[in-house]
Amino acid sequence: MQHLLWLIPAFPFTSAVVLALTGSRFSRRLIAWLGTASIALSALVAILTAAQFLQSPPVGNAWTQHLWVWMDVAGFRPEIAFYFDPVALVMVLVVTFVGFLIHLYSVEYMRDDDGFARFFAYMNLFVAAMLTLVLANNLLLLYLGWEGVGLCSFLLIGFWYREPANVRAANKAFLVTRVGDTAMAIGLFLIATQLQTLDIQELMRRANEQWPIGSGIAIAAAALLLGGAVGKSAQLPLQTWLPDAMAGPTPTSALIHAATMVTAGVYLIARTNALFILAPQVQLAVALIGGATMLLSACSAIAQRDLKRVLAYSTMSQIGYMFLALGLGAWSAALFHFMTHAFFKALLFLAAGVVIQAMHHDQDMFHMGGLRSKLPLAFWSFVIGGSALAGLPLITAGFFSKDLILWQAWAGPNGNGWFWIAGMMGATMTSFYTYRMILLVFYGPEKREISYKPGAAAAIPLCVLCVLSVLGGYVDTPPDFGGVPALSNFLNSVVPPLNEVHVGPITEIITALCASAAFAIGLGFAYFIYAPWRKIVPREDLLLRLWYSGWGVDWLYDHLFAAPFRFVVNRSASDVVDAIYTGLATLADRISLLLRVTQSGRIRLYATGVAAGSIVLFAVILFAR
Amino acid sequence: MILLWLVLIPLIGGAVSLVAARTSARACRWIAAGAIGLDLLLGISLWGSPSNARWINELNYAWIPQLGIRFHLAIDGLSLALLLLTFFLGLMAILASWTEIQERIGFFHFNLLWVLAGITGVFLSVDLFLFYLFWELMLVPMYFLIGIWGHERRVYAAIKFFLFTQLSGLLMLAAIVALAVIHRQGTGLFTFDYESLVNMPLSPAAASFLMLGFFAAFAVKLPAFPFHTWLPDAHTEAPTAGSVILAGLLLKTGAYGLIRFVLPLFPGPARDFAPVMMTLGVIGVLYGAVLAVAQNDFKRMIAYTSVSHMGFVLIGVFAGNQIALTGAFVQMISHGISTGALFIIAGVLQQRMHTREIARMGGLWETAPALSGAGLFFVMASVGLPGLGDFVGEFLVLFGAYRAHISLTAVATLGIIAATLYGLKISSQVFQGPNRNNWRLPDLVPREWVIFGSMMLCLLWLGLYPQSFIRMFQPPPANPVQNVALVQPIRK
Repeated sequence: MQHLLWLIPAFPFTSAVVLALTGSRFSRRLIAWLGTASIALSALVAILTAAQFLQSPPVGNAWTQHLWVWMDVAGFRPEIAFYFDPVALVMVLVVTFVGFLIHLYSVEYMRDDDGFARFFAYMNLFVAAMLTLVLANNLLLLYLGWEGVGLCSFLLIGFWYREPANVRAANKAFLVTRVGDTAMAIGLFLIATQLQTLDIQELMRRANEQWPIGSGIAIAAAALLLGGAVGKSAQLPLQTWLPDAMAGPTPTSALIHAATMVTAGVYLIARTNALFILAPQVQLAVALIGGATMLLSACSAIAQRDLKRVLAYSTMSQIGYMFLALGLGAWSAALFHFMTHAFFKALLFLAAGVVIQAMHHDQDMFHMGGLRSKLPLAFWSFVIGGSALAGLPLITAGFFSKDLILWQAWAGPNGNGWFWIAGMMGATMTSFYTYRMILLVFYGPEKREISYKPGAAAAIPLCVLCVLSVLGGYVDTPPDFGGVPALSNFLNSVVPPLNEVHVGPITEIITALCASAAFAIGLGFAYFIYAPWRKIVPREDLLLRLWYSGWGVDWLYDHLFAAPFRFVVNRSASDVVDAIYTGLATLADRISLLLRVTQSGRIRLYATGVAAGSIVLFAVILFAR
Repeated sequence: MILLWLVLIPLIGGAVSLVAARTSARACRWIAAGAIGLDLLLGISLWGSPSNARWINELNYAWIPQLGIRFHLAIDGLSLALLLLTFFLGLMAILASWTEIQERIGFFHFNLLWVLAGITGVFLSVDLFLFYLFWELMLVPMYFLIGIWGHERRVYAAIKFFLFTQLSGLLMLAAIVALAVIHRQGTGLFTFDYESLVNMPLSPAAASFLMLGFFAAFAVKLPAFPFHTWLPDAHTEAPTAGSVILAGLLLKTGAYGLIRFVLPLFPGPARDFAPVMMTLGVIGVLYGAVLAVAQNDFKRMIAYTSVSHMGFVLIGVFAGNQIALTGAFVQMISHGISTGALFIIAGVLQQRMHTREIARMGGLWETAPALSGAGLFFVMASVGLPGLGDFVGEFLVLFGAYRAHISLTAVATLGIIAATLYGLKISSQVFQGPNRNNWRLPDLVPREWVIFGSMMLCLLWLGLYPQSFIRMFQPPPANPVQNVALVQPIRK
C-alpha cells in the first residue's frame, strides 16, 4: 500500500479539477457522487494503508514515497514525496473520514444552491491540499499544502460572493493567514540555509546535532514557524479571521474547524517538535499563546448571539488547549485532542447547519428556542457534541483528551500550577457557553416555525459523528483509571513521549475530579441563568460588549495597520517618481520655448548673431593658444 | 542554420501577412499564427539536444570584417527557454488579437512578427554589435503597435516608451563601442565577439563605468525602480498583444541582458554594486505592489504588479549565488506567462465591457464564470501561490537572497503580503461582489479556452515540475554563469 500513498491526495484533487472544468454541465446527482466518492476513495486507501501499517510496521516506523524531484539547484533538492508515519496516519484518517462525512452532509445542505459543482470542487481541493500538507515529507511541499488550504478557505468563505460582507471575510482570512505564512517562509529560508535541507526528519536530526539548546538560531527558526502556525490556527495575535470566516456555508465551517485548516498549525508544531524542544523559550511562548487564546476566546464565546460564532470562538479556545499541550511538550495529547475535537466540532457544526436551515438561515440564538422536540436529531447531536466539548466525565471523548492535557499542565515537564488553573478556568467557561447555547436553542418557548427537517444524507453523518464523539475517547484512556493509552503509545514512537515529573499533592485522579467539577460548575451556572422557565433577555454591558467584539482586536488592527495602509494607498495612485521625468520633459519644453524666440524671422537679428558668433570664435582661436 | 531560420521566419511571415491582408484578414492571421507556430516547433526540436558543448547550436559568419563584426548567433539553455517563451507568448498574442484588431490588420501583424523577430535576435546574438542591432529592431515596431492600435493616450505612451528605451540604449551602445576599443588597445584587433570580450581583463574603474552603461539599458527595460515609469503608460495604452509582448517578453530582454552580459562581462562591479541593485530590487517589489493596490485601471494595476515581480528578478540576478539566479530565471518565464495571461484577461474584459475601470466592474462571476475562474487562477499565480510557476521563482530568489543579505530579504518577503493585497483587490472588486452594473457578458469562446487553458497548463508545469526548465539553465563548466557562482556571498 505504501506505493499508493499518492492516491490519497490525488483522488480529491482530480475530482476537484474535473468539477471545476466541466461541473457546470453535470447533473447534480453526478456532481454529488463525484464529490463524495473521491473523498470516500481516498478514505478507503487511507484505511487500507493504515491497516497494513499497523499490521506490519515498517523499518524506521515510516514509509516514504518519492514521486519526483521538485527542483534541484546547487544542493537544494526538495522532492514531491509523501511520508507516512503514525502522526500522518492519525491525521490522514481523521481528515479523510470526517471530510467524507462533511461532504455527504453537504449534498443535502447545498441541494438548492446554484454553485453546487463549484462548491464540491472547492471542498475537494480543500481536502486534497490538507492531505498534501499532512503527508508532505519536506517543509516546502508542506508549504504548498499550507497555502492551498489557505486558498480554499478563501474560496469557500467567499463562496456566496454576491454579498460584500462574505467577500470581506474571505479576504481577511486570506490576508491574515498570509501574514503568518510570510513569517513561515522566512523560517524556511533560515532552516534551508543553516541545515541544507527541508526534509522534515532530516532537518530535525541535523538541528539536534548542530544547534545547542536555546541557541539564537534555534529560537529564530522555531519562532518563525510558530508565526505561520498562529496564523493558520487562529491563535493570538492572528486570531481575528476565524470568527468572520463563519460567512461561508456551514459545511465549510465544519471542514475548516474540524478536519482541515485550523489544525494545520497544531500539526506543524507537532511535526517539527525537535525544533521547539531546542528552543524552550519559544515552546513556553506556544503554551502561553495557547493558554491566553483559550481563555480570551472562551470569554468571547460567552458573549455571542450568533450560533456559529459561538462555535468559532470555541474552536479557537480548543485549539488553544492544543497549543497549551504542545507548549507543555505533551505532543501526543495535542494530537489526541485534535482527533476528538475533529469529531465533536464537526458534529456541532453540522447540527448547527440543521438548526440554521430550520430557522430560515437566521443564526441569532435569541431568536431560537424550544427546538428540542422539533429537531430531535439536532438536539441529541448538540447534547452529545456539546457534552464532549464541555468534557462530560468518563463518557465523552472530549473528557479524556482534555483531561490528559490538564494532567500534563500539572505534571508534565514544563507544567506548573498556573497552566493547570488556567486550564480549569477554561474548562468551566467551555461548559458554561456550551450549555448556554444548548439551552437557548433547544429549550424554552418556541419562537418560530421550522422550515426544514434533515434527510438521510444529513442524518447519517450526524449519527456517525455522535458515536465517534463518545467512543473516540476510548482509544486513549488513563492508566490510573485502569485504561490503556493506546493512541499515546502509538504516537510516542514518533513524538517525544509524555513524562510525569511533578508528583505533588495533585494526582491524575484529583485532576480528573477537578475537571469534572469545572464541568459541573459551568453547567450549573448555565442552567441557573438560562433555565427554560426563566425569561431570557440578551444582556448588554461594557464587558460583554468587549467580549462580543473579540476584545476589540479588530478595531485595534484596523487603526494600527489597515488605516495607515489605506492612507498610503490613497495618496499613491499617481507615481511620484514619474514627476521627475515629467519635470524633465517640462524643462525641455520651456528651454525650447526660450530658444524659439530667437527664430524670429528677422534677417538683422540673424546677421548680428552670425557676426557676434564669428568674433567670439576668432577671439577663442587667437587667445586660446 | 536553424538559428537563422528562427529569426527569418517571423521576418518573412510578417512581410507575407502584410501582403496577404490585402486580400483576406483571415489569411493574414493564419499566416502570422502559422509562422510563429513553426518557430515554436523549431524551438521545441532544439529542446533536449545534448548540451555538453558550450552552445546547443551556433552560427558564425563574418559580417563587417574591418571592424571585427560577425553575424554570430548561438543558443544555450537560457536562450532556448526564453525563445520558447517568446514563440509561445507570440502565438497567444496573435490569438488574443484575433477579433480585437480590426484596423490595418496586415500592418499590425507585420509589426507584431517583427518585434518577435527582434526579440528572437536579442536572445540569440553573441556578437555585441548584432545584439544592439536586434535591440533596436524590437523598438520600432513596438512603437507602432502602441502608437497606432493603442488606447486613449497611445501617442504619449509610445513616445515615452521610445525615449526611455532609446536613450538608455545609446548608453549601452557607447559601452559596447568602448569595449571594442579597449580590446583593440590590448590586442590590436577590433572585436564585438562575446566570448573574446568576456575573457578580456578590464581595469576596475573602466569595468564599473561600462557596467553602468549596460545596466542603464537593461534596468530601463526590466524595469528597475526608479526607471519604471514608462511601463505603466506603455502597458496600459498598448493593445492586448502589445501588453502581452511588453510584459511577457520585452521586460525579459532586460533581465536576459543582465544575466548574459552584465554578470559575465563585469563580475567585479556586479559584486560591488550588488547591495545597491538588490536594494533597488526590494524597493521595486514593495513600491510596485503598493502602487498596484492604488490603481483603478485594470491594466495599469497589472503593469505595476510587473514592476513588483521584476524587482524579484533584479534581486535574484544580483544576489550572487546560483539559487537566486535560477530563481530569477524561473521567475522570468513564469511571470511572462502569468502576467501575459492577466493582460489577455484585461483585454477580453475590455472588449466585452469597453472599460478598464475596476470601480465599474464587480460580480462578473455571476455572468461569466469560466472567465472569472481563469482570472482568479492567474491572479493566484501572480500572488505566488505554491504549485504555480511564480512561486518557484520567488521562493528561489528569496531563498538565495537570504544567503546574501538577511535583512533585505526579510523586507522583500513582505512583498508576499503586498502581493496578496493587490491579488485580493482584483479578485474581490472585479470577479466577486454584487453585480452592481448588471453586466451581461458572453463567457469564454473556444479560442479563449485554448489560450487560457494552455497558459494554465504551462504555469502548473512550471510550478510542479520546474526542474525540467532548471535543468536547462544549469551551466556546463565553461558557462559564464559559473563565474557568477564563484562570486562570494555578500555579508551584511
